[in-house]
Amino acid sequence: MTRVLLEDVAPFELQRRCQMAVDAGDRLQMVYAWYPPPSNEPELRYLVRANAGRSLIIWRCRPNGYAVPSLAPIAPLLSWHEREVTDLCGVHFEDSPQPDPLVLLPGAHAASPPLSPGEKPALNYVPEQSRIPEVAGPSEQDVQLLPFGPIRADVVESAQFKFLYIGEAILHYHPQLFFKHRGMEKRFEGLTPELGSVLAERVSAVGGVAHALAYCQALEVAAGCEPPPRARWLRVLLAELERLYNHLHYLGHLSHTTTLKVGEAEGKLLEERLKQVNSMVSGSRFLRSLLVPGGLRREPALADLEAALARLTMPIQRYGQMLEASTTHLDRLITTGVLDRKLAFDQGATGPIERASGLDRDLRRDQPYAAYDELPVQVAVREAGDAHARQQVRIAEIDQSLDLVRRVLQGLPDGPIRADYAPVALSEGLGWAESPRGTLYYAVHTSYDGRLARVKIKSPSFSNWRAFPFTVHDSNMMDYAINEASFGLTIAGCDR
Amino acid sequence: MPLWTLFGLQQGKASTSWPKSGDDGQGGVLGMPRFAPELCQSGCEECVNACLPGAITFAGADGGARLKVDYGRCVVCQMCVEVCPTGAFTSSSDWAFGVRSREDLLWAQAQTSAEGERLSKEIRRVFGRSLHVRHVDAGSCNGCESELQALNNPFYNLHRLGVFFTPSPRFADLLLVTGPITYAMRGPLREAYLAMPEPRFVMAVGTCAVSGGTNGGGYACQDGLDADLGVDIYLPGCPPNPAAIIHALLMLVGRMSQRVRGGRLPGPENDGSKGPGASGV
Repeated sequence: MTRVLLEDVAPFELQRRCQMAVDAGDRLQMVYAWYPPPSNEPELRYLVRANAGRSLIIWRCRPNGYAVPSLAPIAPLLSWHEREVTDLCGVHFEDSPQPDPLVLLPGAHAASPPLSPGEKPALNYVPEQSRIPEVAGPSEQDVQLLPFGPIRADVVESAQFKFLYIGEAILHYHPQLFFKHRGMEKRFEGLTPELGSVLAERVSAVGGVAHALAYCQALEVAAGCEPPPRARWLRVLLAELERLYNHLHYLGHLSHTTTLKVGEAEGKLLEERLKQVNSMVSGSRFLRSLLVPGGLRREPALADLEAALARLTMPIQRYGQMLEASTTHLDRLITTGVLDRKLAFDQGATGPIERASGLDRDLRRDQPYAAYDELPVQVAVREAGDAHARQQVRIAEIDQSLDLVRRVLQGLPDGPIRADYAPVALSEGLGWAESPRGTLYYAVHTSYDGRLARVKIKSPSFSNWRAFPFTVHDSNMMDYAINEASFGLTIAGCDR
Repeated sequence: MPLWTLFGLQQGKASTSWPKSGDDGQGGVLGMPRFAPELCQSGCEECVNACLPGAITFAGADGGARLKVDYGRCVVCQMCVEVCPTGAFTSSSDWAFGVRSREDLLWAQAQTSAEGERLSKEIRRVFGRSLHVRHVDAGSCNGCESELQALNNPFYNLHRLGVFFTPSPRFADLLLVTGPITYAMRGPLREAYLAMPEPRFVMAVGTCAVSGGTNGGGYACQDGLDADLGVDIYLPGCPPNPAAIIHALLMLVGRMSQRVRGGRLPGPENDGSKGPGASGV
């Protein structure tokens, strides 16, 4: 059982506490703001994962008119979180190393902070060019700027990538994300907890199970509700089926970028087979409409699952082995996009990305939820930090997921799948899941009537997009697409 | 090094021959819930309260039991099926919901759209049977992208049907839009449309693009594509599955026909042929 501690920290104490945490090897996970009633004054919440023990610490900081120092100089990964808080909640951080807006595009203005209480009018938007840092070294005339997007070739999500380059060499890379910012966190406000799970599945569809799971667990903590064992085991099953189709898509797409055509076809065909298995099990190719606070909405259809997976296991494992033996493919991956261990830790890389850079972390083992305490996971870790290591971690996780699904089917307890869940007024809870892309946190607060007052989503892609550009600066154009594919990022999850 | 080409050849053909015959690949997929108003209980509001995107509303202010069901807002979450005490809503595998007219997604007694039929003949005259598509993500949750990308996997193999995704809007016949249209994507979307040669067509794919769905509205989004561009085909679904997208694409070029009228697919009793998405497969 992971302990979550809540501490009050005054603004003037923040820097000292942050420095102590960083020195102890703790990792800050996020900062967000919300407006607790009745004062409706913004309150900050920092989430820290302690290095020692398995505890999570929440620092509650009420500025009450005092200036709040930026902690980004001490814990760089907080930079994006602080900028988001400034954009959406209007809290400013003093001496921020990069005070530019993040979530709001250059030229977008809100009449009042979008997440402050009440329904907000549409943003006022007159597009402006984003600020590009000056690149030292070569004379300005020699450096070319390539703005790529937001509509790019192929069927992809919208974002704009700016390259400052000379010939093949990329000097600086700036991803302009958040074209897809939909204000999802605001959409939760005022909903009943049951309907919120429908919305959580639609923040990032390919991580829908993880999103709904973290969301439901947060509300169950808030209400002191424990889902029955069968529901917890089935949640593991759904989460691992989601990981399987995501990782197979990842390998297919990575093969696409290294132009291993048959490898691409095989990966995407196996992904399709898995999605068809998903629809057989749940009625949805994305495993939707099952999770709800308290357990599951209905029994999944498991009759044919074991046989279907038995048919697919050999082709899936053979596929991974073939990729690992394809020298033309590996030539493009080895030493491409190296993210070293320290950078990965400091900038907040998560999931398969940090595990490929030697960081041995996985919420399924470190902060077990659902039934992972009874179904231990062997965490795949690689040291190299390059695109190849990221592929290897995912291939190893596919094996693990197949094994986990088999173990769930063998040991699945009988019994009910839904516990009585009654929302509790003015409560709060923290939920998490190790999504296919890494650490996902949901922090929820309920209002007087038990409806949702604030839902904060810390998505894995938000963290990994922050780390990714460090592997692109000083690399070359030829490797860019491969490097990006090797990170396996979503934009909907990051932008929300 | 594995012999990938030989491996590929040995695997044989993975593509379905659907829609000509064979498997559409959507076994078990739940589609839009069916609505049987005669079973509806007067004074009950369960489904209205359980419908997050507001697809089920009361038609009149008189407080009667007359429900309005708009499948253009449905995200197939099946909540109405679960809460309905009388079984007026039932789960179905009806997912081939591409329509030419937004009104066809409103549950109503049978109606036909003559304008749609005329347009379909015109498109066929212009394009023959092939189609080039420019996709624009205007704020989706990536579910629609996942299914659009699936169209090019070996199972659906969209190329066999003469439909291609093109990078440049200059070569595109069809602008295929997903997402509820965020404030930031509105401008680029319009530019992409204006860069297309005429005649050009627009398809709203997914409930978000059709009506805003669960994610539209608020401070950062519109409620779908209608406000900006004239839409030729609406395809609700959350997300529409690959077979539903193929159906809608072939519908545009007149190679398959619209199945939904008045929010309903023809039932097996009045339609002898086993059409796409109308049967349990």
